[in-house]
Amino acid sequence: MDLIYAIFSPTLMSQIFVGLSRTVILFIVASGLSLILGVLRIPNIWHGSLYMVGAFMTFTISGAFGGGSVGFWIALILAPLGVALVSLIAERSFFQHLYEREHLMLLLLTFAFSLVFGDLVKMVWGMQYKSVPVPQIFQGSVHLFGGLPFPLYNVFLLAIGPIVAVALWLIVNKTKIGKISRAAAVDREMVGAVGINVSWVFAFVFMIGCLLAGLGGALVAPTVNVSLGMDHTLIMEAFLIVIIGGLGNIWGALLGALIFGLAQSLGILIWPQFGIVFPYAAVIIVLLLRPTGLLKSTW
Amino acid sequence: MTKNTLGGKGRIVGGALLILLFLSPLFLPRFYIYLVSIILLTGLLATSLNLPLGYGGIFQFHHAVFYGVGAYGAALMITKSGLSPWFGFVVGPLTAAFLSLIMGLICIRLSKLYFGMLQISLGSLVWIIAYRWYSFTGGDNGLHGIPVPNAISSPNGAYYFTLLVTLLSLWTLHKIIDSPFGSALQGIRDNPVRSAMIGINVKLHQLVVLVIAGFFAGVAGSLFIVVDTAVFPDMLFWTLSLEVLIMCLLGGWFTFLGPMLGAAIIISMRTFVSGFTDYWTLPLGILMMLVIFFLPNGILGYIEEKLHRNLIEQTIKES
Repeated sequence: MDLIYAIFSPTLMSQIFVGLSRTVILFIVASGLSLILGVLRIPNIWHGSLYMVGAFMTFTISGAFGGGSVGFWIALILAPLGVALVSLIAERSFFQHLYEREHLMLLLLTFAFSLVFGDLVKMVWGMQYKSVPVPQIFQGSVHLFGGLPFPLYNVFLLAIGPIVAVALWLIVNKTKIGKISRAAAVDREMVGAVGINVSWVFAFVFMIGCLLAGLGGALVAPTVNVSLGMDHTLIMEAFLIVIIGGLGNIWGALLGALIFGLAQSLGILIWPQFGIVFPYAAVIIVLLLRPTGLLKSTW
Repeated sequence: MTKNTLGGKGRIVGGALLILLFLSPLFLPRFYIYLVSIILLTGLLATSLNLPLGYGGIFQFHHAVFYGVGAYGAALMITKSGLSPWFGFVVGPLTAAFLSLIMGLICIRLSKLYFGMLQISLGSLVWIIAYRWYSFTGGDNGLHGIPVPNAISSPNGAYYFTLLVTLLSLWTLHKIIDSPFGSALQGIRDNPVRSAMIGINVKLHQLVVLVIAGFFAGVAGSLFIVVDTAVFPDMLFWTLSLEVLIMCLLGGWFTFLGPMLGAAIIISMRTFVSGFTDYWTLPLGILMMLVIFFLPNGILGYIEEKLHRNLIEQTIKES
């Protein structure tokens, strides 16, 4: 009995739950990145900035609607849509002209966008931290396993994760546009040859991917200080997750996010100062064993 | 490379520039001497990146990590070992070269984009260690006030040391590119399959060039200590890597002196812009977009192309 209690100690369990709710955010952002990488072959560094913009938009929109619960729910819908609109405009006016060029140019273009948006966010929202209140019904916490409190909002996040994963799976595998985009990922010219406008398929996929970045930002907003620079660490983590999962594989992104999120939260438990090193070390171990990622890549 | 195509005129311009660089402490104020030193060492960093990137066709996305590790290696050697400080300037670049070898061995199995992304992930592990290991690397503050040898601790001493080491490194890099090894490297870039067929060991060549590039990035990092007497974790953050990539692209990544020119333009621009606004990444991003869309071969690449076309037209006219 003591042994069981030691293994499933309350601290450990609550830390696992913290890791899982972090996993949800990471998965939502990384799956968008993975989708864009898989279909369009763009390593989208701008993704992190869109996540940040999503969080800041949530702050502004929820504030505009009174800053209460209602405001947050409206923001949760409008902020990702706003981010998607921005990304669609950027794709139509800039990215679509570079698909024939080298990946390096596309990567640098997304980096240029992230530089520009870093300063734009600074101009619009200023240097101060912003905080978004947790909506009314998810305030407070539940008591799990031996009484350690666990924030209700994180329970909500845990519920959202599977919903997004299933929705994404349905879009990619069951809808017509999803099937077309999977085909375009394999052979762009052939899809064009059967009379499909590939250019708009790409725009759609890019927009969906960026919408997920915005959604991640909106969901994370009540749990952190919304601040400048939140894009830089997140984009790195999302990239690592996509790599260890297998480029372009949505389930790989989920698996990678699980590994990353749990390694992070358990690492802090084991060795507080270097907790942040654990997920990176986990990534390296995975890559040494399987250099092209855990699951099958679409490349 | 540029000098070759420009011929005699290029040699005169280059010579004049060299004399100017050597005499500049006589008439430039101290701040500008510091600025030129930073340009020189960043230019060396960009040139060393261009070796695998432009000549080798390898997607070296995280070059700054070798720069930072070179700097940290030298700084830690100087502050913690008690040996002669000069020793640090040897250890720094060698540490960077060794790290480059390790990371190269892991990454070289993969190609192009996958290579670059794996390199970024390994590099961020190194960054996080430097960022968190307070007792050893100073954490996010980095290390400040590193005691460099007296001979090069004055601003002018640091400048001449940087200038000499940079010139020597550039000369070495140029020799490497002009050698049979360099030709094989460019062959691999243009057609890896054919190169392998005629008996070139592709992976070995790529690995060697990665180690060379890592070494010279480490040299640039050690020079930064001489000029600034400080290191901080931002020196090995991935955003710096991409900034250096922009320098290569802006100056011309298929030319030898292009990266140096790109470094000079971007660093001067940053100093100029930060004089009257806090916003620096916005103009940098816009400049980058312009280069990507309108000058994909960079400034020197554009000039070379133009000169080449003029030459052809002239020959046609004469005949």
